[in-house]
Amino acid sequence: MKKFFKSSYLVLIILFLYAPILVTAVYSFNSAKSRGVWEGFTFDWYKELLERDDIIEALSVTIVCALIAALVATIIGSMAAYGIGSKQKKGNSFILSLAYIPMLNADIVTGISLMLLFTIAGLELSFMTMVLSHITFCIPYVILSVLPKVRQLDWSLYDAARDLGCTPTRSFWKVIFPELLPGILTGFLLALTMSLDDFIISNFTTGSGANNLSTLIYTAKMGLKPEFRALSTVIFGIIFIILIIVNVVALKKQKNNKRGNEI
Amino acid sequence: MKKTICMIPLYVWTLVFILVPLAIVIYYAFISDPHGDASFSLDGFRDFFSNPVFAEVLLRSLKIAFISTLVCILLGYPAAYFLARSKSRFKFVVIILMLLPMWINFLIRTYSWLSLLEKTGLISTLLTYMGFGPVDFTGTEFAVILVSVYDFLPFMIMPIYITLLKLDQSHLDAAADLGANPAKVFFKITLPFSVPGILSGVAMVFVPSVTTFAISQTVGNGKFPLIGDLIQEQYMVVSNWQFGGAISIVTMAVVLLLMYFINRTDSDENGGGILQ
Repeated sequence: MKKFFKSSYLVLIILFLYAPILVTAVYSFNSAKSRGVWEGFTFDWYKELLERDDIIEALSVTIVCALIAALVATIIGSMAAYGIGSKQKKGNSFILSLAYIPMLNADIVTGISLMLLFTIAGLELSFMTMVLSHITFCIPYVILSVLPKVRQLDWSLYDAARDLGCTPTRSFWKVIFPELLPGILTGFLLALTMSLDDFIISNFTTGSGANNLSTLIYTAKMGLKPEFRALSTVIFGIIFIILIIVNVVALKKQKNNKRGNEI
Repeated sequence: MKKTICMIPLYVWTLVFILVPLAIVIYYAFISDPHGDASFSLDGFRDFFSNPVFAEVLLRSLKIAFISTLVCILLGYPAAYFLARSKSRFKFVVIILMLLPMWINFLIRTYSWLSLLEKTGLISTLLTYMGFGPVDFTGTEFAVILVSVYDFLPFMIMPIYITLLKLDQSHLDAAADLGANPAKVFFKITLPFSVPGILSGVAMVFVPSVTTFAISQTVGNGKFPLIGDLIQEQYMVVSNWQFGGAISIVTMAVVLLLMYFINRTDSDENGGGILQ
């Protein structure tokens, strides 16, 4: 009974999180322009979506921006976490609290401050300025994920590798790096998520010609148009398929590991 | 030596893309007429405080954010608790399902609510069938709060969940062995233990929901401008960097002060959950 209550509570929360997306998906097949009345099944909005080059371009901008931002943020953030975590110095907590500012500060202030920086520096707002901004707010999430792993490091393993004749570089890549890798991957994934989810900072730091999905939807008031429903559903579909693939791969790996253990 | 070099990119990045930009915002908030002769002035702040409309917007933003945060705790805590205590093999799937909506962009999620809330939307249609007439939920404070809760709920669940995972079962067993009933175990051990997680969640929900814009513009029909909408308007529409900067600074000061007082109630040993 108790278990049933717990499960149904979680199901309700999941339903809440998916209700608007699913309802939008259903309405995306409705031939009526407004949502309330059902006038029959249609693929028209999807066809129209395919003809909109700006949407397809925005989709690729979103993905490329997220990948670049997450990659650069992962490199800078992981290096910094390694430096901060492996040395106890007074200045470290200070630089850490400065680096965490974009995570704790309001997105709108971060976005505006970066916009002012680019404007004053004479940079035209573009794809590049958007990527730079995304890197900025992604770095804290990477540090957050990698730092605990650095603090848990067992340095005697590194010393052992050195004693056994490894060069410092080789010892790092053979002993330290594999220990940090789960944290680095988590950081990358978190950064990617934050970049894909962002609207506010992109809105201030991108210019004409470089729209990602959210700024396109916002500036073109697309959220009120029927193609938007098709778009939302397509994105949801893509993500769902990725999720299923990831789960299947993870499940297979688990099974293989179990088999390995039995032998 | 090498470890110091590792930190150089972060130093440079923090200086150029965090500190300098914030300094620019603050600088222009105190400068009148940036295009003519730049001189020190407090006009931006005077304009903000002399007009009660702006204070009203700020208070409304704080109120909506406060309610949203509270609802997020009430809805999110049980979810995080059940998840953390669960041994089900579907646990991982449920966690991924909770994070997945974040991959669908914030603005798309926000706009999607129109399908449910507007006059021709699903809820209104169902209500009409039941004889309660069409009801337009857009343009109400309720809608703004509902969508804020929806957008930020995962940010509340995850930190609480991560904190509760670290809770040692043996502590709970010990308390139960010593005669505490389940309610007492929860209030004496589980809840205090999870405070850092709740505080991280509050920081991650409260700050964005005070300063968000777009939610009130979409599902609120722009009837309830929040402080974020005001800031956006000053910079993007009227290009008043001084007044925009003044509003930003006042907002940040209020939010930081509130967060500081909330955090002070936390014990030092656990620290802020975000920073762990």
